[in-house]
Amino acid sequence: MAAISPPASQTSAFDRARHWLRDSRIPPVYGILVIIFLVSIVLDLVFGIDDQLYIFNRTIMTNVLVRSVALGIVAVGQTFVMIGASIDLSVAYLISLTAVGASFLMNGNPDNIWWSVLVLIGIGVVVGFVNGTLITRLKVNSLIATLGVGLIIKGLLNAAFDNFAGSVPASFQTFAYGSIGPMPISVLVLFLVVAVGWFILRRMRFGAHLYATGGSEEVARLSGLRTERILTMAHIICSTTAVLTGLFVVSRLRSGAPWVGTDGLYDLESIAATVIGGTTLSGGRGGVWGTLAGVLIFSLLDTTFNQIGINAYMKQILRGAIIILAVGFYTVRSMREAA
Amino acid sequence: MTQLTATTSTVESLAGRIWHRLRTLNPVYYIALVLLIGVVVQNPVFIQPDNFLVFLSRSAPPMLLTAGQVFVLVSGGFDLSVGSVVTSTVIISAILANNDPGTTWWVILLMLAGGAVVGLVNGMVTAYLKVPSLIATLGTLLIVRGIGLFWSGGAPRGYLPDNFRMWGRRGITGLFGLREFPYAVILLIVIGVLLWLLLHRLNYGRQLLALGDNPRAARLSGVNVNLVRISAFVICSMTAVVAGVLLGGRGGVSIETGTGMEMQSIAAAVLGGTMLLGGRGSVPAAMAGALALELLFSLLNLLGLPKPLRDAVQGLIIIGAVAYAAYSAKRNR
Repeated sequence: MAAISPPASQTSAFDRARHWLRDSRIPPVYGILVIIFLVSIVLDLVFGIDDQLYIFNRTIMTNVLVRSVALGIVAVGQTFVMIGASIDLSVAYLISLTAVGASFLMNGNPDNIWWSVLVLIGIGVVVGFVNGTLITRLKVNSLIATLGVGLIIKGLLNAAFDNFAGSVPASFQTFAYGSIGPMPISVLVLFLVVAVGWFILRRMRFGAHLYATGGSEEVARLSGLRTERILTMAHIICSTTAVLTGLFVVSRLRSGAPWVGTDGLYDLESIAATVIGGTTLSGGRGGVWGTLAGVLIFSLLDTTFNQIGINAYMKQILRGAIIILAVGFYTVRSMREAA
Repeated sequence: MTQLTATTSTVESLAGRIWHRLRTLNPVYYIALVLLIGVVVQNPVFIQPDNFLVFLSRSAPPMLLTAGQVFVLVSGGFDLSVGSVVTSTVIISAILANNDPGTTWWVILLMLAGGAVVGLVNGMVTAYLKVPSLIATLGTLLIVRGIGLFWSGGAPRGYLPDNFRMWGRRGITGLFGLREFPYAVILLIVIGVLLWLLLHRLNYGRQLLALGDNPRAARLSGVNVNLVRISAFVICSMTAVVAGVLLGGRGGVSIETGTGMEMQSIAAAVLGGTMLLGGRGSVPAAMAGALALELLFSLLNLLGLPKPLRDAVQGLIIIGAVAYAAYSAKRNR
């Protein structure tokens, strides 16, 4: 490699930087993130509704991160199932269920926090297990299986609750509002979840098996992997992250209502963030750092739109266009047929 | 396979042939029949022609949406934007028509053209930018709904004139001694037959199925893959506009009109035996799937189940149907 590359003196700094970037294995989505960041600064400079540039405002910059927490945690889980060539549409309903369940079970009493959290995580594990079993054992297409499970959760939840129920104790709200030094606790949790996700995917045997399963289920199975167990485990991880997101959402809102998950569009947005981050729908490729960048792009856009005072519906239009363009940015060069 | 059964059935008796036909019939028709019997047992007047036609005209929009969705599904894609297209059709027509009966025709034509544009965008983004349609149509879902809400300011504005609304709520009177033969049912039959012809009787349909089954093989055997794929999205979006016109006529102007319809149409198509990721599907069976879901909602309603639990039962049914299909596919192999 070193022998065939020209001496460093002959290459420009730009070329060297490009090579360094290519070798550093930083997901290309960070390029998009930087571009959007620069564009947002220019937009803020030209169209900003206040005199101050938002990047110098600590509150706003912190807010960019806090906005990413809810979507970010569940998107890490979505990345796991999508690497396994599956998908999870039930997360939004599970987030609603967790939010309502937490405020109902805790009912303002700090003594209830721990067992309530354990019960909810238990529910998440069961939901993930059901999703995984339907997909791997009963061979139901993942889109339909998780949509069906989501509808079941939605139906049961709406039958039991029709409004905000109970509330979480004030001490539980430190999850959303507390901070250690300058760093909000929720942001630390997000980075912890991403780091754990990275560790599982890139440093543990299970991660390698999951990539193999997503790359080609048949080859993985014939090589002796128990693909059913691996994919079911990925679904359990995904549902658990949805529960964590639900806990974060309810600790911000103080009380959960049956629509908090679905109104947040967490199902489709977590998929979009994951795909923008470079994980393919066909499985076997991608990673959680890319997903984090995808999520940061979303919250950076939100912040920019707020800074330049764009109408809420115009935001949706731009968001949709940017999702398409950001994904098209990778896929346009691919030779394979997309469907 | 089909040849083999054809030759054996010629030697068999007529009864044997009918039995074979019934045995190989798509199970969705039996599901629909069982649900229909269930509804009639609960509410015998349901089957009276007048009442049944009212039910059919109410079911026409989801059935049309499902028939359109089948085109995209058999090509191997998904269309998540149909719900937004329905909603925006209703919102924007109300603003444009603003209760002036003279505008109805051009508003409907304009909406159909708008639907075609949405389909073109979906198809071209998928075909040329190679963005997976799940993501491409998620993007247009946000864009189309955003346009509708931006235009109206987030709350329904304007009124639909009566000659616009008649498509969803009126019919031809005095036909076959019926009280009224709904226009929605006429449209359902006409468009249903057209789509059936297109997918099952014309070369285009064969190309579409070939594309969904194996895009590379289809391209190598001379199918204009991009054109066929894009046209499937255009057909899907345009049927969504028709569904929107019918729903606007029936239910009036609301920003919630099309919510959740994308998933319901996919679920109904799958219930009708459409294979996700392409290659297999049938327009009549998918429409029967949509009808079965509507019958199910009626039945649950008659049984006095609280409304939210319908979602749960719907979830159980689609999982069960798809699991059964996967099971019988494995058994037959």
